[in-house]
Amino acid sequence: MKDIREDIAWAKINNDVLKSLESPRKLFWVIIICALGVFGIGVGCEVYQYSTGLGVANMDNPHVWGLYIASFIFWIGMSHSGTLLSAILHLMHADWRKPIYRFAEAMTTFSLMTAGLFVAVHLGRLWQLYYALPYPNERGIWPNFQSPLLWDAMAIFTYLSSSILFLYVGMIPDLAICRDNIHTGWRKKLYTLLSLGWEGTDRLWRNFRVTYLTIACFLIPLAVSVHSIVASDFAMSQQPGWHITSFPPYFVAGALYSGCAAIITLFIILRYVFKFEEYMTLSILKKTVRLTFAISMVWTYLNLIEYATVWYSHDEVAKAVLLQKATGPYAPFWWMMNFLGSIVPLVLAFKRFQTHIPVLLTVSLLLNVGMWLERWMIVAPTFSHGYYPWTWDHDQWPSLVQWGIVFGSFGWFTLLFMVFCKVFPSVSMYEVKEMVYHRSQATKKLEATGKMATAGKGAH
Amino acid sequence: MSVTNLLENWSDFRHKHPVEDVPHDPYKWAMSIDMDACTGCNACSVACYAENNLPVVGKEKYAHGQAMHWIRIERYWPEDDREFPDQGAQFLPMMCQQCEAAPCETVCPVGATNHTADGLNSQIYNRCIGSRYCSANCPFKVRYFNWYDYPTTENVWPAEMVQQLNPDITLRSKGVMEKCTFCIQRIRAGERSVKNEGRILRDGEVQTACQQVCPTNAITFGNLIDPDSKVHQKWKAQRVELDVDEQVKDKEEGGSELRGYRILEELRPYPSVMYMERVRESAI
Repeated sequence: MKDIREDIAWAKINNDVLKSLESPRKLFWVIIICALGVFGIGVGCEVYQYSTGLGVANMDNPHVWGLYIASFIFWIGMSHSGTLLSAILHLMHADWRKPIYRFAEAMTTFSLMTAGLFVAVHLGRLWQLYYALPYPNERGIWPNFQSPLLWDAMAIFTYLSSSILFLYVGMIPDLAICRDNIHTGWRKKLYTLLSLGWEGTDRLWRNFRVTYLTIACFLIPLAVSVHSIVASDFAMSQQPGWHITSFPPYFVAGALYSGCAAIITLFIILRYVFKFEEYMTLSILKKTVRLTFAISMVWTYLNLIEYATVWYSHDEVAKAVLLQKATGPYAPFWWMMNFLGSIVPLVLAFKRFQTHIPVLLTVSLLLNVGMWLERWMIVAPTFSHGYYPWTWDHDQWPSLVQWGIVFGSFGWFTLLFMVFCKVFPSVSMYEVKEMVYHRSQATKKLEATGKMATAGKGAH
Repeated sequence: MSVTNLLENWSDFRHKHPVEDVPHDPYKWAMSIDMDACTGCNACSVACYAENNLPVVGKEKYAHGQAMHWIRIERYWPEDDREFPDQGAQFLPMMCQQCEAAPCETVCPVGATNHTADGLNSQIYNRCIGSRYCSANCPFKVRYFNWYDYPTTENVWPAEMVQQLNPDITLRSKGVMEKCTFCIQRIRAGERSVKNEGRILRDGEVQTACQQVCPTNAITFGNLIDPDSKVHQKWKAQRVELDVDEQVKDKEEGGSELRGYRILEELRPYPSVMYMERVRESAI
């Protein structure tokens, strides 16, 4: 399998990546237009909901939380793999992450922004959102620090700001390359401003390394905690089906899972749209796919653990909720979620599919459908079969407005992401250079000691 | 707070529910509902609509589950061989249980729902941002959300009904949560009027709207601390206590002669409403 050529010229790397900022394939514009349309639908629905009231989303008394919260968890979850690739694998010196971590980190940032929107969309009085902030005021009123929702707001805000910082700091040397190679227009001004006068001196590089490593170390516990806190929105409540101790690790595993699947999808799309075939190689894809497969099995395990703890506990109500998920009105979605989440990833175990682009595109999309369903199956069924019998047998289906906003969020995310990739280098130039340099050094060493034949290539 | 007590005295900052370190004084409002007396006539619900300016949402939204009835009559059909006219429904009037350790209070991100000193679970409409976490965490599902802006919706209060709106009660805008308050406007008005006389409210001086209209006197409301109040005597007679999570009726042998219990007590919300089991077997 072809990997990045070790003798690739550094100038060629610069040229290829810079070209992606200028001339992507036509598909790029098709995606932008579609995303705008989809986003437009979402905006229309939200304007209608904002002016009329949340009733148009078809929520009602027991079913007070719906697709908004489910999608909120979904988007938060999606953000996790960016950190996995950029920070955790950075610490582990996995060099194959280098060409793809930039877009994964951008995915983190933008999916967090999308998740933040859902908090707002979900609120009955969006215009009073600032009440949830601990801002000083003359009445001495603070938000309620006991509430998991408040922890949530804080965790997400911290994670989002650190992610933006991490994305930005990691991009500074590349922005300087852009600044030096693009000579006209607003882009020049933008890159000049953002590259902070980067000159590439030894001192700058040393400071840069330390800063980057510090933020990476800061971000990792944050990524774990943010989804654990999202999980405690549910685990801390009293609702049957929510009140489960294993939720935090389960949520984190689910988050990494859907994030990795999304990375595969975006990998394939970016690779084609921005002509990155030479950098986003199939051998990198293969590693990502294997990682996804491993995480999917972790998720499957934790999912089964969750069922087992509910099944073997003496919590009859929680058990009833589980049974109702499997047999009640949500049954088709619940079974589909289990099928897509645990059975479909088995495809990834076959070597011949690990680099098969059409199969991977389909499977990664299916996995994310499964993970979205998982979030929905966590949020919704407890309302139709909770503690109180009066609320039973009252089914509810989200309205088109609610679906429209969820649908629109995908447009919003795609739009942000695609615009980012057009404006900023989505493959890290300096790190690809590092990677090929280190690899060629390693190869030379091997050749010198004559072990080339036995050790094989790509042992990194 | 110093570093020392951060390390050592965590228990000093934690209180047991219901709060024992801040005792209710001079009031603890509570209720007792006799289900043997309840005929399911819905008068309480109607009275509540009138007293608390509840929006009448109409057939469609009602069927949809968007009704705003702070007190609702639930019907349950016993599983026996009898059929309709022989077998009657069993009725359960359900309203906010004013829990002492309310699950809704801890989860509100902005602290819009709080406990008052007289043992009520209050809701501050102006503070509510509509996250609906309180409702999600309420085991009884007695919190009602303003899905629409009802004051500006047509036919919520038909023109001829506008005159009956209660001026003591604020109208709620869209996007806020609301629920039974034990007619807090009546309690506060009563407290103010007896303040001039330098005394506290006597039993029966404040009645909730649902209690007032109940034709069979199924609902008793009053001050649980006052040993002479009817509600206190009823709770005492049924040996139901506010701060335990299992009552004598369920705990002791032979306790089944007692009728008093509280709903979903095992979740330890410590509700302020005691229900008295129905004993008659006739359909009505």
